[in-house]
Amino acid sequence: MVGVVILGAIVLGVLVGPWLWPVAINDIDFTARLKAPSLAHPFGTDDLGQDVLARMIYGGRISLAVGFAAMMIAIIAGTLIGAVAGMARGSVDAVLMWLTDLFLSLPQLPFLLLIIYLFQGALKTLVGPEIGVFILIVAVIGMFRWMPVARLVRAQFFSLREKEFVEAARALGASTSRQVVRHILPNSLGPVIVAGTIDVAAAIIAESTLSFLGLGFPPDIPSWGRLLYDAKDYLDIAPHWALFPGAAIFLVVLSISYIGDGLRDALDPRKVM
Amino acid sequence: MSKYLLRRLMIVIPSVIGISIVLFTVLALAPGDPFEELATNPNVPPEVRANLRAKFGLDDPVALRYVRWAGSMLVGDWGFSFASRIDVEHLILQRLPTTLIVIGMSQLLALAIALPVGIYAATRPYSIFDQIASTLALIGFSLPTFFTGLLFILVFSIHLDWLPFVYRADIAAEGWRFYWEHFRQALMPVAVLGLFQGASWTRFVRSAVLDVIRLDYVTTARAKGLAERAVVMKHVVRNALIPVVTLVALQMPTIFGGAIVTEQIFRVPGIGSLLISAILANDTPVIMAVTFVLSCLVILFNLIADVLYGWLDPRITYR
Repeated sequence: MVGVVILGAIVLGVLVGPWLWPVAINDIDFTARLKAPSLAHPFGTDDLGQDVLARMIYGGRISLAVGFAAMMIAIIAGTLIGAVAGMARGSVDAVLMWLTDLFLSLPQLPFLLLIIYLFQGALKTLVGPEIGVFILIVAVIGMFRWMPVARLVRAQFFSLREKEFVEAARALGASTSRQVVRHILPNSLGPVIVAGTIDVAAAIIAESTLSFLGLGFPPDIPSWGRLLYDAKDYLDIAPHWALFPGAAIFLVVLSISYIGDGLRDALDPRKVM
Repeated sequence: MSKYLLRRLMIVIPSVIGISIVLFTVLALAPGDPFEELATNPNVPPEVRANLRAKFGLDDPVALRYVRWAGSMLVGDWGFSFASRIDVEHLILQRLPTTLIVIGMSQLLALAIALPVGIYAATRPYSIFDQIASTLALIGFSLPTFFTGLLFILVFSIHLDWLPFVYRADIAAEGWRFYWEHFRQALMPVAVLGLFQGASWTRFVRSAVLDVIRLDYVTTARAKGLAERAVVMKHVVRNALIPVVTLVALQMPTIFGGAIVTEQIFRVPGIGSLLISAILANDTPVIMAVTFVLSCLVILFNLIADVLYGWLDPRITYR
């Protein structure tokens, strides 16, 4: 519950923030460089005198959007692959599961870095720098998060397809696609939702990590990780610059973990004591 | 045991091949040219570039290029770093020990935290200790490593001035001072990684022990009059560790990811910071080699986990 409140507050703050705090994110003011938090700048300013609060509101939109979009990709891809493997069985299943295991044993961060390094230039010229980087980061993070979902869905399919109600649907002459869409899939989504919640947190961390390594969003798009990356060279004179975005990432991830834990307890019939 | 090992090794080979295929496909699909560096350099005439392309076989079909690349990887010819002008395999051998030491020490720290805390918390579920430990574990694994790293630098290097925050390979000291300096500079990276891993492992250990501790054979052991300590250590923990080993093996890719970030924050001269600097310098051979080495390390640790598995649960070995 606390998790829902904190996450809701942050999402709300990020969404309506620009109206409550109408300061431009690229408003450069050299007289107010690296200022500590004050009334004029509640979260202080950075090395160009830009307001950290305004940049964090903007960055929060980016970070949260990446998190949710990557989660959607991971869930859609995972459900699709898991469903195909669960319905097909046999050699198709074996190949898909081998692929899943292969992806699970890939070290994700190096591959993320490698793919972004290789494809960044092409996408930038294709659809422009901002959207290009956004699509790339979301797609790549999603691509490395679908495996747990696929396994869950496959396991659910294996048990559900033998259940009486599916057999009844089959006896009534329902086509395979109708069985899957109307009967099996809706019943297998419980654990997927839990996994999806945790995926949002993982995707936000992945995006922040990329930006923190200087390989995510360009400097004019201040996502939270990017803010930390810019701030890390000024830790001794302007610690507030790093602390606020770091705390924001931490709070979002913590509240999502709490929500995930709560959902799992609520959906898991095997309760501990 | 040796038969089991052999069977596991047979499974490793296709995984390595699979990863090398994925890696090569990514590179082959990527737009742009690994020789772009030379193409933009006005001192290199086009015919030299064409000769180089022919020499490295870049105009051949993809499958042929893959076979040749895999062959040269096998015999240890990993290419030549564009940026540092030395062979990639030397570069990696230079950097690998540091990374392995930092990761290894942080894993030991994580185990030293996770095992006692997780077991103690699970033997007294929902006690005050358990609640504090669970909350701290949740906080610990929600704090991304790059943020804890910065916090540590802020507190221990800048405010308290106890520890150096730049890792140096060339320490001008001898004898015990040498080791002391190394210990001091390794402390923060190891702590950052170890605490993060320790937090998530504590959760694993706690739930695994909780699953086992209420089984009937544990009650039997207690009914035999065994001391509580012997029941927990001999009967519960050994069985609870089996799922934990699996989860730890699945976490291996994340651990290497964390190591890359930590090395970058503390400027540890390891394989992770090599990867980042290679990416920033467009040094394709080094990037490919480091990614491949990291993938192989993940597979190696999965193999070790499998062997541990066989040791923890003899039923698996002689199946």
